[in-house]
Amino acid sequence: MYSKILSLRFPSDIVNEPIVVNLVKKFDLTFNILKATIYPRKEGFMVLELRGHRKDYQRGLRYLKSLGIKVESIGQDIKRDEELCFQCGACTAVCPTGALYIKRPEMEVIFDRESCSACELCVIVCPARAMEVRFDRTLLA
Amino acid sequence: MAQKKVSRTIGEINRKIKSGKVVVVTAEEMTEIVKKKGARKAAREVDVVTTGTFAPMCSSGAFINFGHTKPTIKASKVWLNGVPAYAGVAAVDIYIGATEPAEDDPLNRVHPGQFKYGGGHVIHDLVAGEKVELKATAYGTDCYPNKDVTKKLTLDDLPYAVLLNPRNAYQNYNCAINLSNRTIYTYMGVLKPGMGNANYSTSGQLSPLLNDPYYLTMGLGTRIFLGGAQGYIIGPGTQHNPNARRGRNGVPVSPAGTLMVKGDLKEMDPRWVVGVSILGYGCSLALGLGVPIPILNEEMARFTGVSDEEIFTQIVDYGNDYPTGDVKSLGRVSYAELKSGTIRVNGQKVQSVPLSSYVRALEIANILKGWIENGKFLLTEPVELLPTARSRRKKS
Repeated sequence: MYSKILSLRFPSDIVNEPIVVNLVKKFDLTFNILKATIYPRKEGFMVLELRGHRKDYQRGLRYLKSLGIKVESIGQDIKRDEELCFQCGACTAVCPTGALYIKRPEMEVIFDRESCSACELCVIVCPARAMEVRFDRTLLA
Repeated sequence: MAQKKVSRTIGEINRKIKSGKVVVVTAEEMTEIVKKKGARKAAREVDVVTTGTFAPMCSSGAFINFGHTKPTIKASKVWLNGVPAYAGVAAVDIYIGATEPAEDDPLNRVHPGQFKYGGGHVIHDLVAGEKVELKATAYGTDCYPNKDVTKKLTLDDLPYAVLLNPRNAYQNYNCAINLSNRTIYTYMGVLKPGMGNANYSTSGQLSPLLNDPYYLTMGLGTRIFLGGAQGYIIGPGTQHNPNARRGRNGVPVSPAGTLMVKGDLKEMDPRWVVGVSILGYGCSLALGLGVPIPILNEEMARFTGVSDEEIFTQIVDYGNDYPTGDVKSLGRVSYAELKSGTIRVNGQKVQSVPLSSYVRALEIANILKGWIENGKFLLTEPVELLPTARSRRKKS
């Protein structure tokens, strides 16, 4: 089972279309709407937790994008506590995107948030538990 | 041009420290100096070389006396923040071990266990000035009638708290790989199947015992940097094995010497005493330790001039070999290769991953250097050196 929290921005021309229901009907996904708003310019914004098999999830995502919806992963924002991190490097063994890497020759452990896919593998591998999952609650306000 | 052999004593070095004329360099700087000028010239110029290491060191713990209670108790079972401490010593004396998990920890029942809180974390919290809950139970005696005590206390409330570690600062350690076909969770970190990664855990050319491979300057009474304070080596650590195989430069190529150390917990800094959780393995304590090495002669200059290219370790399979107790070397690799990020094992490129913080190790070597330069730290003459290798004993 795969689960992600996404932010969706709907262009004004499709804001009245039934779309999220198709994620269930066509792609066998389940969802939990955390927030949904239509702004004055008729653009829609939604924070959605999407669950299902990874393949279905990816097909669903392609469907959303094909409609011109801007999809961003926002739910699992990973942050590093710079005080707790003691720069060992254990996390670099599991980071699949290379967002956590070692700068040589200094041997500094760098966290490049731009390349982070929020897979969370580092969170439990970090001996000092310096990597934390943060949910940006302002999006729900 | 015959020149006198370099020979200096610890007393002479201390006089230079007091007069502010001492020359101290880190082991990293010494490597460059010896490379450029040779060991003889380096020995003439440098008085002390500082080393450092910062990594999980499981064989650590603290002796604590929590003070007599009213009415009195002879504690037979004690917990600190839910972590059991050993109470089989005098009435209110305990030992809290770094790897002891909280009693209600699910351990590896859901594998890999997370081991979120243990003895190492308790020690860190104490050093950080946090309140820790002590719970003690007893069977009660005429002189110690109390059977149950619960109280919150901080490090300041404890009459006595000393970090006393049976084995720290391992001289070299295995490079761990996994030849099995499943991911494994070890004290050497997560090891991906089919040699997905190669983990190692020493600070190489900065590591204390790799800079004094025959322990010619270290032993009972050597003053060191321990957890941000001044501590002492009090003897060889458990599993101290001076007779491990060595390279031609005298440096062991597998785990060899170890240190038993102690220091006052009340003087330590939480930055250098950190509780850690090792996925699927357990709790531990990451600790900062640095040893100053007096350059008594040219030989010590040569030893401390060792570089990552000249320090080798063995590659060991933790997937099949290690758990069976059948450790065999699958090849040797230098710390220069390990630090490059990629090594070659059986022709396959493997990502190398450090578990020991080189950044923090260097910071320790520099702090120690500063202490000595500023006259805050004097070197000590060991009362008894650590047991050295048979081959070395024959020579001298």
